[in-house]
Amino acid sequence: MTSLQTPVRETGTLGARYGTFMNRRASLMPTFAAIAILIILLIGAQLRFGNFLTPGNLSALLLDNAYLIVLAVGMTFVILTGGIDLSVGSVMAFTGILGASLLSQGIPVYIAIPAMLLGGALIGLLIGVLVQYFNVQPFIASLAGLFLARGLAFVVSLASIKVEDPAVLWLQRTRISFGGWYITPTVIIALVTVAVAVFVLHWTRFGRTVYAIGGGEQSAHLMGLNVARTKVAVYVISGVCGGLAGLLLTAYSGAGYPRNGIGTELDAIAAVVIGGTLLTGGTGYVLGSLVGVLVYGTIKKIISFMGAEQSWTQIIIGILLLLFIVVQRVIVARSIRRRT
Amino acid sequence: MKKLARHRLFWPIVALLTLIVVNTIVRPSFISITVKDGQLYGVLIDILRTSAPLMLVALGMTIVIATRGIDLSVGAIMAVSGAVALTIIDASGDPESIATVFVAVIAALCVSLVLGAWNGFLVSVVGIQPIIATLVLMLAGRGVALLITDGFITTVNSAPYSFIATGYLLFLPVAFLIWVAATAVVSLIERRTALGVLTEAVGINPEASRLAGVRARGIIFGAYVTSGLLAGIAGVLYSSNIRAADANASGQFIELYAILAVVLGGTSLMGGKFTIAGTVVGVLIIQTLDKTILFLGVPPAQSPVFFAIVVIVVVIMQSPRLHRWIRGAASSRSRRDSDTTITKEVASR
Repeated sequence: MTSLQTPVRETGTLGARYGTFMNRRASLMPTFAAIAILIILLIGAQLRFGNFLTPGNLSALLLDNAYLIVLAVGMTFVILTGGIDLSVGSVMAFTGILGASLLSQGIPVYIAIPAMLLGGALIGLLIGVLVQYFNVQPFIASLAGLFLARGLAFVVSLASIKVEDPAVLWLQRTRISFGGWYITPTVIIALVTVAVAVFVLHWTRFGRTVYAIGGGEQSAHLMGLNVARTKVAVYVISGVCGGLAGLLLTAYSGAGYPRNGIGTELDAIAAVVIGGTLLTGGTGYVLGSLVGVLVYGTIKKIISFMGAEQSWTQIIIGILLLLFIVVQRVIVARSIRRRT
Repeated sequence: MKKLARHRLFWPIVALLTLIVVNTIVRPSFISITVKDGQLYGVLIDILRTSAPLMLVALGMTIVIATRGIDLSVGAIMAVSGAVALTIIDASGDPESIATVFVAVIAALCVSLVLGAWNGFLVSVVGIQPIIATLVLMLAGRGVALLITDGFITTVNSAPYSFIATGYLLFLPVAFLIWVAATAVVSLIERRTALGVLTEAVGINPEASRLAGVRARGIIFGAYVTSGLLAGIAGVLYSSNIRAADANASGQFIELYAILAVVLGGTSLMGGKFTIAGTVVGVLIIQTLDKTILFLGVPPAQSPVFFAIVVIVVVIMQSPRLHRWIRGAASSRSRRDSDTTITKEVASR
């Protein structure tokens, strides 16, 4: 977000140019690190297993993590404002079981799906209002949202409900393939969500306000930006993303289940942080979060290729998270030193 | 009377008593306590016994929150501690021996201490925000617990180990005595020495307390170590109660309930002033509410809805905006133009 730029000196070694670039774009560094890790993981897995980098495998990577991509997009908005949303995993479970229940009662899909999104939006709205108008810490407000959504999921149904609606199953079963690659409507929805988020964050007034709030809420206020509306809106966006993820997961698993997504909020937060978004807000990229999710998915896949315990995924993600947080600390400390 | 109503524990205790009275009216057997074979029985005794894990975790959480921190990893530490203890007992030849159980419990507590120290290191030395620092262990901890138990739910039959959670001593449940002892020790250390005041100083203004010569780093570190140790004891109690180490279910959501208990008790999440008695009352409110919800015939899985409502009501009642509205309505004078809102927001920072 540095708008003041000194003219670039034309001459200079590659190293010096690299230094200038890195100084100006320090905020991009964690995202580059995430991309580097992703590439290393993919190449390493290919060398180790020999059959990892196949089109089918890479397509499945997107397919398996479509819901997490959508959650991470919503989470990115919230974290960019300096907040946090713990409710997304539960919201996903709630909207998933809500949709499955509505569909099983014969309610048409064009009512059920908007109802899912609306359910997510309402819980997001509740969190946003608590945060903005009642000065509740985002952590606590979204904790209330987590409890509420999880409980409501069990109120809708205590057991899993199978989805037989052809339109929802179509989202998952249709495979648009070319060569060995294939893509499903669920993946298209996830990628469109990412594209829309990129557009909104980088090319609209709303998006700039999100970054401004994360950079300094007081300054954003004094600049005359609509802080209150934007802060409520990011939680609503996260809620809607939770609802959309609920749809994708329901299509993916063919059923709604109230125990879905326990701990998924942590995966989403980890993906966003690994993707280079600062938890203090103000810096980060949606595309980085996409990379973060892919890193997460790749690690999971490698572990299942190795036939090891899936619990290693949690441990490795924890270690990666720690690594990135320490890197972020260093970057923040350096930029503060530069300013003074 | 007015002085009584202003006491910080007034409303939590009123809430607790209301719950007990309502329960007793609906179901008179709620309050009755009977003696059988030299042991006390009754719903109230049961609440005191089952609240032990949450009480221990909430006790540690109170100290951590007082330093302006938060510890999300308590549930994961519980899982690891239970897994360590049960794996040792399971691997030993003689699960009924008291010496085996003793070694297992000590090992579990040592591991918990190390995990707590790890959190403390990240927060106080590396300087990472507490939410994130403890999130790392929250994510990785359950994975570690699963690795220790090889992904299975380890079950053991060991009379001395089950005694910890289900035994009785002097008419009272052992689990209850453990949390009373822990609460007493922590209260004595915090309130009979200067440590409590120093902890509050660190929570109210870390920079000012550092300038005043308080060694904030050590105090924050100690808070996380304490929290880790108490979570370890809670993990032992939990696994002893179900006689199994379930790495996924052990201490699930307990960090959230512990934070809720601390807030219900009247300790602010902004750090600083803390009340251990308030936390005890908060935990008892949660456990009584839990029993009430069960009694109403609501499936336990749906109970989070009630807790969500409680959280929302409590945070709204504590919010400065509501107080402003009430004051504004009382003096029937509203001066809320945009300038004052901004200055107030500046002041609240």
